[in-house]
Formats: sequence, structure tokens, C-alpha cells
Amino acid sequence: MLKYIKIKKGNKLMETILKIDGIEKFYGSKSSLTKALNDISFTVDRGEFVAIMGASGSGKTTLLNCISTIDRVTSGHIWVGDVDITKLKGNDLNKFRREQLGFIFQDFNLLDTLTAYENIALALSIQNVPASAIDAKVDSVALELGVEDELNKYPYQMSGGQKQRVACARAIITEPKLVLADEPTGALDSKSAKLLLDRFRYLNGKLGTTILMVTHDSFTASYATRVIFIKDGKLFNEIRRGSDNRKQFFEKIIDVVTLLGGDVSDAL
Amino acid sequence: MLFKLSLKNIRKSFRDYTVYFFTLVVGVAVFYVFNAIESQTVMMEVTANTREIIRLMTEALSSISVFVSFVLGFLIVYASQFLIKRRNKEFGIYLTLGMGKRKISMILFLETLLIGIVSLVAGLFVGAGLSQLMSAFVANMFEADMTEYKFIFSTDACLKTILYFSVMYIVVMVFNTINISRCRLIELLQAERRSEKQKLKNPWLCVLIFIAASAVLGYAYYMVTAGFGKLDTVDKIVPPICMGIVSTFLIFWSLSGLLLRIVMSLKGIYYRGLNSFTLRQISSKINTQVVSISIICLMLFVTICTLSACLSVRNTLTMQLDEMAAADVEMTKHVGITDIEKETMSESAMAVYGLSIKEIYEAVGIDLFSSLTDVVEGHIYMDAQLTFGATLGDLLESIQSQYTFLGYDTVEDIVALSEYNAAAAVFGNETFTLAEDEYLIVADFQSMVNIRNLTLQQGQELTVFGHLLKPKYAECKTGWLEMSGSHVNAGIIVVPDAVVQDGFCWKEFLLANYAADKKEEKREIEEQVQGIWHQNNWHNVSADGMVNITMADGSVQQFSVEDLNSSLPIIDTRIDISEAMVGMGGLMAFIGLYLGVIFLISSAALLALKELSESADNKERYHMLRKLGADESMLNRALFRQIGIFFLAPLLLAAVHSVFGILFSIHVLEVFGTVGLAKSIATTVLILAAIYGGYFLLTYFSSKNIIRGR
Repeated sequence: MLKYIKIKKGNKLMETILKIDGIEKFYGSKSSLTKALNDISFTVDRGEFVAIMGASGSGKTTLLNCISTIDRVTSGHIWVGDVDITKLKGNDLNKFRREQLGFIFQDFNLLDTLTAYENIALALSIQNVPASAIDAKVDSVALELGVEDELNKYPYQMSGGQKQRVACARAIITEPKLVLADEPTGALDSKSAKLLLDRFRYLNGKLGTTILMVTHDSFTASYATRVIFIKDGKLFNEIRRGSDNRKQFFEKIIDVVTLLGGDVSDAL
Repeated sequence: MLFKLSLKNIRKSFRDYTVYFFTLVVGVAVFYVFNAIESQTVMMEVTANTREIIRLMTEALSSISVFVSFVLGFLIVYASQFLIKRRNKEFGIYLTLGMGKRKISMILFLETLLIGIVSLVAGLFVGAGLSQLMSAFVANMFEADMTEYKFIFSTDACLKTILYFSVMYIVVMVFNTINISRCRLIELLQAERRSEKQKLKNPWLCVLIFIAASAVLGYAYYMVTAGFGKLDTVDKIVPPICMGIVSTFLIFWSLSGLLLRIVMSLKGIYYRGLNSFTLRQISSKINTQVVSISIICLMLFVTICTLSACLSVRNTLTMQLDEMAAADVEMTKHVGITDIEKETMSESAMAVYGLSIKEIYEAVGIDLFSSLTDVVEGHIYMDAQLTFGATLGDLLESIQSQYTFLGYDTVEDIVALSEYNAAAAVFGNETFTLAEDEYLIVADFQSMVNIRNLTLQQGQELTVFGHLLKPKYAECKTGWLEMSGSHVNAGIIVVPDAVVQDGFCWKEFLLANYAADKKEEKREIEEQVQGIWHQNNWHNVSADGMVNITMADGSVQQFSVEDLNSSLPIIDTRIDISEAMVGMGGLMAFIGLYLGVIFLISSAALLALKELSESADNKERYHMLRKLGADESMLNRALFRQIGIFFLAPLLLAAVHSVFGILFSIHVLEVFGTVGLAKSIATTVLILAAIYGGYFLLTYFSSKNIIRGR
């Protein structure tokens, strides 16, 4: 039985939120087998902001889908807290998803028929949070993300950046153990992207939100505290930010990306 | 190549097409079944009377088929346009690949052709099977002999079905071609990207319109029920109908705005589970679907009313047979001559008029009375002073202002008590006693009963042949003197025997039963009775066309055949009435079922198509909810509610409409009586539940499949 893995680091007690243990994901038949994920293992601690980088087709989205239980692994285990989510089924999966995870997508995935407020509140009402408690929570989380003026707008009335911050508010309002972000800046202009990433950092630094973000953009990745590189379904490298500032970290990332083969750097 | 593409397209969009296809098949089948009735019954051994009724029935159904084809045509054109619109992107891709518009039209043409042929074949197949059941049903209805069962396929009906539906499909093809030639590539490609704007309607305007619409609707309800007496001409029904249509639309329009507002203000409900999502879904659609929901509501309303009214008439007709036609035969003959007739008639013709029913039969040499039993004879008198208006006394003016169309100058029928009682005993009606200065009125036509009761309650005294009589009862008594399939006796005044005066007798009636037990024997006697209407049954006609008759005083008089013919007794027999009633009932039931089923499948299919395409559009939204962690059961519940409300909303208003519609039809169908109303409403509800509910479930389960996604 796997327990919390606790590591003493200075005087801060670290707790493993996510442990990925040798997962594999194969597509296709025996004759033409595609190994989307090939024996990947790593862990994410509470309060970390991890970016996963890789070229198109490297398997990063598959990895995220497996962690978010949208897809199933072929073999291996994924532990979130002390639950092996590869063993969950049916409504337990849904329960896990709504209680432990928050999602942010490239194309926002807001419900266009609902206002920003209702979109954020929906995450709570799915969890059967009483309506009386919803108001205060939505207001405070909207303030954190700077969308308090947008609450009564519909998605079509908002800019991409605003939409993504609303989606972000929706993801964190349930106080999930882990926020999963799939190319969150992919559909944003550089200014909106920067604004969003600043919020991510704020959430991570001040509120201690654990974020796992998939991206192919080095600039976006440079906001994280750790970057994991995957190539062709395998772990390629991993670098930590340590005491570097964002710019130094960005240059380190660029170095790895160059090493990776250059195709990622196209995205710069 | 194009053909292959069409075939693949159909297979691919089968999800969208299932309901459409299913509806087409049912439509074709129903169309065939009701048009094949004549061929189905050709083999049956039925009387000439029944044959005539069946012929009438098929004629009526055939003209209704024209109307039905318009309804189905509308459905098919609308549905196919709707399905085509959903494929705009696909056509856009064809265009970018360099395919010409003509080729795209060709693809659509082939698709329509394929669907048309397959649905026609399948529909005719189903229809041929169903029509065997139908012939069993018809045979049972007319008590025809079904021992020689044969499978019958009606080529006529089949050709007719093919013709009608081909025309509909051709119209669809024309529409498709026009549509394709008119559209532009950019619109096709961006068809999916339109972001529907969410606009909340002004709540106060909604409340105002809702109240106004409800008031108008209420007034329309009032006009067709409590205010029924004022609807004396057919065209006066138009305003309440128009008011109903407009207010139906406005109610849905305002409700769609209000519903969301109201529930949104109930935060506890709005923010529970997926309610906010479901409600927004509904209100976003209801804005654009108010028109179609109103149309569906009205169609359901027509269905419910037609079905329950027709079935109730049928039930009443069959249930009332024993009550209304209690004797095997009734003959009536005019024996009095009015002053006007005296001036125009020849003397010999007048003499024939004076003959009694018995004398006529004896004169032409038909021995009838040996085969009749329980013979009751009676006479109806008239007092020229005693008109309907006169019986109303002081109330005449107020009643006249309310019911302008009644014949107030009609002279009332008067009958002597003893003769009435004798007839009532045969009919199984109540018999009465009267004091010297009393009268009573028997009637069973409900609105006349209501009017007459007003005066009877006031104790209106009448002068009959110079005698002043007062009413014995403060209400009309149920009774009649003429057998008929329905309650049409507007009122007969029953007076003590001493009051009537022989000189004022104008009509003679004779009731009797046939002295036979078996059906065949009864039919034989019936032929004899009816035989008087055919001269070749007359035995003692001399070569010069004269008949000698020995009069009551012993003298012998000669009458011409021509004169006799002009004064033959009118004969109503139980067998005739029952055949007419069964036929009429069958006709009613068929019309109701035919129209009802077509209307139901049309409106349900419209709804189902809309909801299914909506579910396909919402697939992504449901997928997103799943990512947010919503349980399958939560999603299914949301889907169920969403579809349920769209099916229920028009049904609910239609049900309210129908309450008043049926109340109205009770007035209109009064002559038939509405004894079996509850039963027929129950049958209607069952049919509605089966078809409409079936479509609902079909839509729900298909939608569930659609949103299940990967």
C-alpha cells in the first residue's frame, strides 16, 4: 500500500500529490503498434507548478488525458494522493474528477449558453454545494483572477484572455488537489498569455495551487517551477528552476529544446 | 461515384435520419391502410346498405387523404430542409474540393430518391400487413362474414400512395436544388460558427404579454363554451380560433422569457446540479423555436379534439342503438292537409293523403300485418295557434335575442297521452299520467330542453285547442316518438286525450316489432315492409295503372299509382338505423384515427428531429460537463429534463386548449350525444401516450447515444 511519500526539504514538509509509475499507452493493433506513452514515471509534489513540454505528437496530451482519467493507460499506475486512479470506474471516476481535479483547456471550453458567473458556479453545483455558499466563493475567486467585472457576460462577449481566466476560476473554485492545464495559452495573444501566466504564478505562489501544465511553448513553460520534457512517448529530460529568475530559466529551457531536436523551437 | 457518396451520406447521418425515416414509413403505411379500405372490403358479404355506407366512407377518407397529404408534404419538406441545413459544412467541403453545385444537387437528389424508394417500399409493406388487421376490424364492425379470409393487396391504394408521395418527394428535390443554388461557400463553411446571442427578454414586457395573452385566450375559451349560444353561424367560430392561435404563440413567447427569469431568481433550484445548464439550454432554444412549438401545440390540440370527439360519437352511436331504436319498424305518414296544399293538390291526391298506413298497405295488396306484432298506432296533432314562440310566453323576447336562429313560428307537435304512453312503452321510455288541465313536454335535444325548461319552471300555461293547460313538471321529460340514431327530438307536447281534436291530426305513426326471432326471418319481413316503395311488389294494379281501394265506409274508390306514390309512409327500421349508425360510427372512428395519427406523428417527428439535432450540437457541451466531473446519471437527467420539457410544454397547453375544445364539441355534437366521452378521451390519451410518448422515448434514448460520445 503506497502511503504519502514525505520528503524533508528545509523545514517544509513536502507531500506527493501525483505519482506516475511506469505508464504505457499503446494505440493500434499488434502489427502496427503506436507507443504514445512508453514507460513514463515522475512525481509532482504539493505546491509545484510543473510544465510538460514536447513536440506535437510527443505524447504530452495523451499523458494529460491519462492523468485526467479521460483516457485509460495500457499499463502502469497513476496515484493521485493515495488513490490509484487507473483502478477507478464509472461514477467513482466522475467523483474523483470533480473533487480532485481542475481543468483548463486550450479552447476554454466554457458553456456558451451560460454567463461567466454561471460557468464558474456550475463546477460547484455539480458537487452539490448549496446555492447559498456559491455566491461568496464565486466572487472571491473572480477577484483572484481579475474577472469580477466580467461575471455577467456571456462567453461571446469576452476576449480570449478573459475567457481563459474565467475557465481558470472554474478550475480552481472547487479547490482541487491538482489543476491540469492543456495548452492554456495556445489560443491567446502574447499579452493575454502573460496576464494568464502571471495569475497561474500567483495561484501557485500565494494560494499553493498545484498546477500541471502541458505546453509546447518555451515562454509559457518558463513560468513553471519545473519542466519535464518528453519525446516520442518517453521522458527526455527534466529541469528545475531553483533560484534562477524567469529569464535565466527560459534560456535553460531553450537549450534543452534545441537538444530535443529543434522542432519544438519552431513554436517560439 | 455520386451514388456511392449519397449512400454513404445516408448511412453516416442515419442518426439524424432514423426518426425521419421511421415517420415516413409510418406515414406511408397509414396512408395506404386508410385508402385500401374499399378493396379490403370488396370480398365481404354485406347488405347493399352497408356496401353503400362503405362506399361513402371510402369517399370521405379519400378526400381527407388530400388534406393528409398536405400535412405530410409539409412535414417532409420541412424535415428534409432541416436535415440539409445541418450538413452545410459538408457541402462547403465539396465545393472547396471543386465539386459543382449541380453535382451537389445531384447528390441530394439521389439521397432523396433513395430514402423515398426505401420508405415507400417499407411503408407499403407495413401498410399491407396493417390493412389485414383493418379488414378484420371493418368486418367485425359490420358483422360481416370473415370465414373466407383472403390476403388482399390493394393495387389502387398502392398506386395512389406512390403517386402522392412521389409528388411530395419531387417537391423536396425542387426545394433542395433551389437551396443549394442560392447559398454561398463562406456561409456554408462558417455555418457552425454562428454564436447564438443570448438575449433575455424584458421581464415586464413578458409579464404584460403573458397576462394579455392569457386574457385573450380566456375570452376565446369563454366564447366557445359559455358563450356558445351566440355562435349561430359558422363564420363566428373564426375569431375565437384566431385568438387562440395568436395567444398560444404569445404565451410561449412570454413564458420562454419568464421561465428562465423565475427559476434564476430561485437560486436554490437554479444552482443545483446541472439545472442552470439545462435551463439555459432550454431557453436558448425556446427563443428560436417559439413558432414551431406553437404549431406543434395547435396540432396536438386538433389531434386530441378530433380523436376524442370522433371516438365519442362512435361510442355513442353504438351504445345508443338499443335505446334509440327499440322497435323493429316505425312508419309515419302525413294524413293532414294544410291550406296551401289544398290549393295545389288534385282531389284524388288529397284522398290518398287521407288514407291510413294500414289502408295503403291493404290497397297495394301487401299483407304485412300478419307478420308484425306489438303494433302501436298513434297520431300527431297541430294547433295552428300553438307555435314554438307561443309556448315561450313572456320569455320569448329574451330567448329570441339570445338564440336568433331558432324557428319561432314552427307549429308544435301535439300528442294524446294514451297514444304517447303506448309508444313510450314500446320504446322503454317513462309513461305518464295527466290531470284534465295539465300538459307535459317530452324532448331529448339538450339545448332545446334547456330553453324549454326556462318556461316550464315559470309554469307557462298553454292554450291547446281552446283548453287552458298548465305544466305538470317544471322540466322537459326525456322521450320521443320518432326512431333515429341520435337525440333530435326538439319537443312534443303531451296533452290529455280529451284535448285533441280529430280534424287537426296531421301525421300518423305506427310502431311494431317483426314477428320473428332469427335475423334472416327479420330481414325477410323487412324486405316486405320496405317493398311498398317498389311498385313491382304491388299486387292489384289494373292494366290502366289504377288501384281499387275499399274505403272504411264500404265504398270502392280508384286511385292512380302516381297519387299513391306521392303519399307512401316513411319507414324507419331498426336494421336500417343500426347499419347507418354503425357506418357513421365507423366513419367517425376512421376519420379520427386517420387525422389523429397523421397529426401526432407529424408533430412528434418535428419535435424529435429538432431535439435530436440539438443533442448532436450539444455533444461537446455534455462532453465538457463530463470533464468537469458530472456523473452520467446527472447528464442523463439533464438530457431527460431538457427533452421532456420540450415535449411537455406544447402538450400541456394543448391539454388546456382541449378541455375547452371538447366542451365546445359537446355542444356541436349534441345531436349525437356524448355518452361515451370519458371512454373516448381515455382512448385518445392512450393513443397519444403511445405515439407521442414513443417519439419522446425514441428521442431521449437516441440523444443519450449521441451524447455518450467516445
